[in-house]
Amino acid sequence: MREEINESAAQAKAAPNPRIVKIKNFWKKLTSSKSAVIGGILIILFVLIAFIGPYFTPYSPFDTDTSNRLVGPSMEHWFGTDNYGRDIFSRIIHGMSITLYVGFFSVFIGMTVGVLFGIVSGYYGGKVDTVIMRFMDILLAFPGILLALAIVAVLGSSLENVIIAVGIFSVPVFARIVRGSTLAVKKLEYIDAVKALGATDGRIIFKHILPNVASPIIVQATLSIATSILSASGLSFIGMGAQPPIPEWGAMLSDGRNYMYDATHIATIPGLAIVVVVLAFNLFGDGLRDALDPKMKN
Amino acid sequence: MFTFIVRRLLQTIPVLIGVTILTFGMMRLIPGDPAQIMAGESASPEQIELTRERLGLNDPLPVQYMDYVTGIVTGDLGTSVRNGRPVSGEIAPRLRPTIELAFYSTLLSVLIGVTAGVIAAVRRGKLSDSLIMLFALFGLSMPNFWLGLMLIQYFAIGFDVGGINTGWFLASGWGTWQQMVLPVITLGTAGAAIIARMTRSSMLEVIDQDYIRTARAKGVKERVVVYRHALKNALIPVVTVVGLQFGALLGGAVLTETVFAINGLGRLMVDSINARDFPIVQSGVLVFAFLFVLVNIIVDILYGFLNKRIDLN
Repeated sequence: MREEINESAAQAKAAPNPRIVKIKNFWKKLTSSKSAVIGGILIILFVLIAFIGPYFTPYSPFDTDTSNRLVGPSMEHWFGTDNYGRDIFSRIIHGMSITLYVGFFSVFIGMTVGVLFGIVSGYYGGKVDTVIMRFMDILLAFPGILLALAIVAVLGSSLENVIIAVGIFSVPVFARIVRGSTLAVKKLEYIDAVKALGATDGRIIFKHILPNVASPIIVQATLSIATSILSASGLSFIGMGAQPPIPEWGAMLSDGRNYMYDATHIATIPGLAIVVVVLAFNLFGDGLRDALDPKMKN
Repeated sequence: MFTFIVRRLLQTIPVLIGVTILTFGMMRLIPGDPAQIMAGESASPEQIELTRERLGLNDPLPVQYMDYVTGIVTGDLGTSVRNGRPVSGEIAPRLRPTIELAFYSTLLSVLIGVTAGVIAAVRRGKLSDSLIMLFALFGLSMPNFWLGLMLIQYFAIGFDVGGINTGWFLASGWGTWQQMVLPVITLGTAGAAIIARMTRSSMLEVIDQDYIRTARAKGVKERVVVYRHALKNALIPVVTVVGLQFGALLGGAVLTETVFAINGLGRLMVDSINARDFPIVQSGVLVFAFLFVLVNIIVDILYGFLNKRIDLN
């Protein structure tokens, strides 16, 4: 008995679990990428700020102070105050959770729907594939943020509708990528083998195809968070998203527009905040792509 | 080549039909009575009833859709809720600034993007490569409406450097070059960043290939290798990206036009959404999509010319 255990232990040592090896390799590659490390640390920091930050802000993001309007950065107000005398630093900290929430949720919507479409399209092929992909082509015919703009026009202006709109806007990207990967995986012999063993379509899709197409999905999701944050803040900037007095960065920037002559910082600071967050996701996405998807590497 | 162009045009028909179905459906999906929406919020019950009759809203949906498509083909896009004028007349004068803005921005982003991408690829791993890629990453991460505001702050309002004021350009309008410089930079930056990254990786891929090594081995000068042999082939995938970029720029024009108060289609859309002038919103979306599809056909045909390796038929 004891010998048996020792034997299997020895075996385990000789041939370690391939999944663990894979994860170890991935981790090694990821941490050797400078952009992934910097991006990853920044993202963790931003998530911490989003969760904990609001408890430590020096002022309430909503308290107005008419005697302290349009004050530049100082010791009392690190980022200055806006046209209502609200503390911009506190508003930026409170806005962090909104920005991340919008980024994560819209991509979650776009990813879920897009992955489903892409897998079904690639796996079943034929008419289903044609119908789904033509529909994706139609969605892609609306340039840039226009599709999101049209959806918000229909649903009405609010942060929730912006999340839905930006999510729908990213569906075709995921669908196309996942369809391509699914087609490649489907051709592999072991899928035929699993089929021959009598596995159901659902089992094949979730157990065998999805894990194999996960890498490009994760990379795209990270990069999509960056573009989604940009699109959503753009919609808020033109008044279609978060409504005042929500401290959403795009909306704050829009407030700042009217005070460009007197107080540049009202527009400058929320913009910088957007740049830094989007930059972090782009950095991390670039690093992830290099680690997960060697084919896409330069 | 001719059959390729015809085939490509035929392929877009289903997409265009799909686009019209979506824009048609858009009006039905807005909560509320379409007749009320089309007639405007202040319309009286009689006016709403009249609108319902005029628009044929009592007809079955397929009939309504056919009427809608007939209208598009004949240039009848309905009437604006705000001023009762035909939508086509409202949209037509707005097209030029938007197309010009998107065109010049694309031009700028291609010029800067390709140049920067080639330099980065040739000087791979050197400081200039890292700097270019860092700039590209920033360009990609900047909201264009913010960049626009900053450009206005520093180059339209300006500041004094040694007695010289930097307010060289104008912050609003479209037509003179002083008005066009800042919006074009604003809209073109992200595109330049994307094209630079694309060109760099495409160049690096090409440079590793056998025929480039052969050219070098033959003793062809490095400049000729880079610009005649490598760049020509590296640009092929870039052309496709430029087409997609033009679309992104058309969409991005909505924000840029708002920042610089340019009376283009994008600004008309934003104003119309705020005023709930849905006939204009609906047609604006349609026009934007048609423009984008058209540009992509042109890009595909260009691509066919450039890349003789792909079989056109």
